[in-house]
Amino acid sequence: MNFDYNEEQQLLADSVRRFLSKDYEFEKRRKLVASAEGWSPQVYAQLAEMGVTGIPFSTDHGGFGGGAVDLMGVMEAFGDALIVEPYLPTVLAGRLIARAGNDAQKKAILPGVVEGKVRLALAHTEKGARYNPAWVQAKAVRSANGWELSGEKCVVLGAPMAETLVVSARTDKGVSLFVVPRDAAGVSLKAYRTVDEMRAADVVLKSVKVGSDALLGADGTAIPLIEEATDFATALICSEAVGAIKFACDTTLEYLKTRKQFGVPIGTFQALQHRIVDMYISYEQAKSMACLAASKADTASDASERARSVSAAKIKIADACRHVSQEAIQLHGGMGMSEELKVSHTFRRLTMIAQQFGDADHHLARFAALG
Amino acid sequence: MDLNYSKDELAFRDEVRGWLSANLPQDLRDKIANYDELGREDLMRWHKILAKKGWVAPAWPKEWGGTGWNVVQRYIFEEECGYAGTPPLIPFGLSMCGPVLLRFGTDAQKQRFLPRIYNGDDFWCQGYSEPGSGSDLASLKTKAVREGDHYVVNGQKIWTTLGHVADWIFCLVRTDSSLAKKQEGISFVLIDMKTPGITVRPLILMDGGHEVNEVFFDDVKVPVENLVYEEGKGWTVAKYLLGHERMNTGRIGASKRELAKLKEFAAQQPGDDGKPLSEDVRFRDRISRVEVELMALEITNLRFLDQMRRSGQPPGADVSMLKIRGTEIQQSLTELMMQAVGPLAQPFEASNGDAGFDAFTAGLAPRYCNFRKASIYAGSNEIQRNIISKMTLGL
Repeated sequence: MNFDYNEEQQLLADSVRRFLSKDYEFEKRRKLVASAEGWSPQVYAQLAEMGVTGIPFSTDHGGFGGGAVDLMGVMEAFGDALIVEPYLPTVLAGRLIARAGNDAQKKAILPGVVEGKVRLALAHTEKGARYNPAWVQAKAVRSANGWELSGEKCVVLGAPMAETLVVSARTDKGVSLFVVPRDAAGVSLKAYRTVDEMRAADVVLKSVKVGSDALLGADGTAIPLIEEATDFATALICSEAVGAIKFACDTTLEYLKTRKQFGVPIGTFQALQHRIVDMYISYEQAKSMACLAASKADTASDASERARSVSAAKIKIADACRHVSQEAIQLHGGMGMSEELKVSHTFRRLTMIAQQFGDADHHLARFAALG
Repeated sequence: MDLNYSKDELAFRDEVRGWLSANLPQDLRDKIANYDELGREDLMRWHKILAKKGWVAPAWPKEWGGTGWNVVQRYIFEEECGYAGTPPLIPFGLSMCGPVLLRFGTDAQKQRFLPRIYNGDDFWCQGYSEPGSGSDLASLKTKAVREGDHYVVNGQKIWTTLGHVADWIFCLVRTDSSLAKKQEGISFVLIDMKTPGITVRPLILMDGGHEVNEVFFDDVKVPVENLVYEEGKGWTVAKYLLGHERMNTGRIGASKRELAKLKEFAAQQPGDDGKPLSEDVRFRDRISRVEVELMALEITNLRFLDQMRRSGQPPGADVSMLKIRGTEIQQSLTELMMQAVGPLAQPFEASNGDAGFDAFTAGLAPRYCNFRKASIYAGSNEIQRNIISKMTLGL
């Protein structure tokens, strides 16, 4: 039993945190998200330089062969700094390529991902799917030279910055995955900013022609792969949530100590003391569950053990995201409502994490179904 | 990072589990499973079985019978006992008076009391709370006046758990009322319950059970050699002890056992549609919620233990968190057990001696009632929040 990060994990987390506290402090981030692109290729390149993009990929492609636990400290730092760069979408789609792809596909894409030159996005969710991974109505039909894809995907995170999309579509054998260049003929994007200031797009595929080498893994076998990759990404956002929750707790505590009303710091009021104590209890429990999610994402003996642990974690994390973000705003009073304070942006990210990859109810149903 | 126990820790757990399974008498096991009331004899019988094995006071120094286990092993032992459903070890002697004597007692006091605590010869109770002093413990008024080689004690204690079967009581008493600060002038004394002038009156709780009492002191003579540590320094002793009292309030093993029982029980109870209650989505979700809470508490507890083991520091205010969440979970479990039987939770007592109901089922609501105490005792959950606020957050 050991809950510490090892030396490498700690060093990486520290250097990412140091870099972000300097180059990604709140005012810089504000300018960045307000810019036309809405993200910083330089920051992304820096993260790649530090090795962050290589961690979860095999040494065969220049990566470090790490897992979710190796990324916990980094994700916490991302949550603290409210990173908007498309790291998570790239890892999510990249994991599908790494696990389902053949050698040629992996060699073609993953080295660029590791170097930070290629970004990916998973075009999977459709309107009407809610959190059901098996709801796919986009179609892929065999053609003379490969496949023809048609359908509509919504809220594809990172799509505007991605060079390559991994697209789920239904064939006559079931749900399958395809590698599709974002600029392929017939692919069109409606890009927008998300509530948590990231960039996403609705993606329309109109008779998009791809070669037979675009099929990722065996035809019709995508659902368990998508579930696995989504569980991995869920474990990562659990740690991202922990970083954001910690910031929300700490900044609120600081506020309680400095903000004066009735001639005294408001932190002297027991009504507020008990509430911030409960916020920190939520933080500690979130941290524990993030440890569980990451370690089971890496080492679970089977899919149901992994799914059960990740869902249990996401239930608590979703609860903690809502509880801490709501209380942080309330305890800041009117100031908490202001767009000028970082905590209001943390609120927006935590609100979205609570629902990303399934809200508490979704995961409660999944958890209960697994006994 | 590795959330699993090491090979050695697993071997230790299996050893404890195997021994408990072989040595926990079936009748005691049944009483626990049926939620029957345990008397002094039941409690001391189990105490003596553990004492004979050498496992009754793991945290004590080895020379006094401790096991030398590290914090993780102690935790494993406690949780395995909870999971197996052993009678509880009553903490007043083993985890409260014992550690106080080890830390503050004279050699003579140690020699006199520790072996008897260890072997279960004396049954101890705790004299802290008073009618006007609950969470505000330091406001206590029970007076001890020095007269020659005795203190004369007058006053009243309340909520004295198992005081009606106890041989000894350790008390906080006021030896000096002239000091401005209420924490000063308090002393920690050991009192023989057979001393003339002590009256124990039962306080029946809302579940109908008798576990707590009022204890009245009317010119009770206590030899000065029964003073622990210095006169007027009782608050230092009390603070030390409060940390001990909160050590194992997570009660994860016991809650795991109750959760498994609840799941099994819910599968046998009918839902509104005649299918098992465990298939009712709303009820199932309630169970799952508690299960997830328990997972989070267990991992948090292990994290804290891991930190303690590394730093060598005693538990800090973090333990308060375990008390809050642990008791909430215990309460949720008793509530769900009661809710699982629906209208059958109502019978309480046979009016003509002929109980037309199943006693186990009828015991579930009283048990729910009884467990409301958990968030009140050992420092109410609000006091725990005060502790975290002050000690950890610096407010």
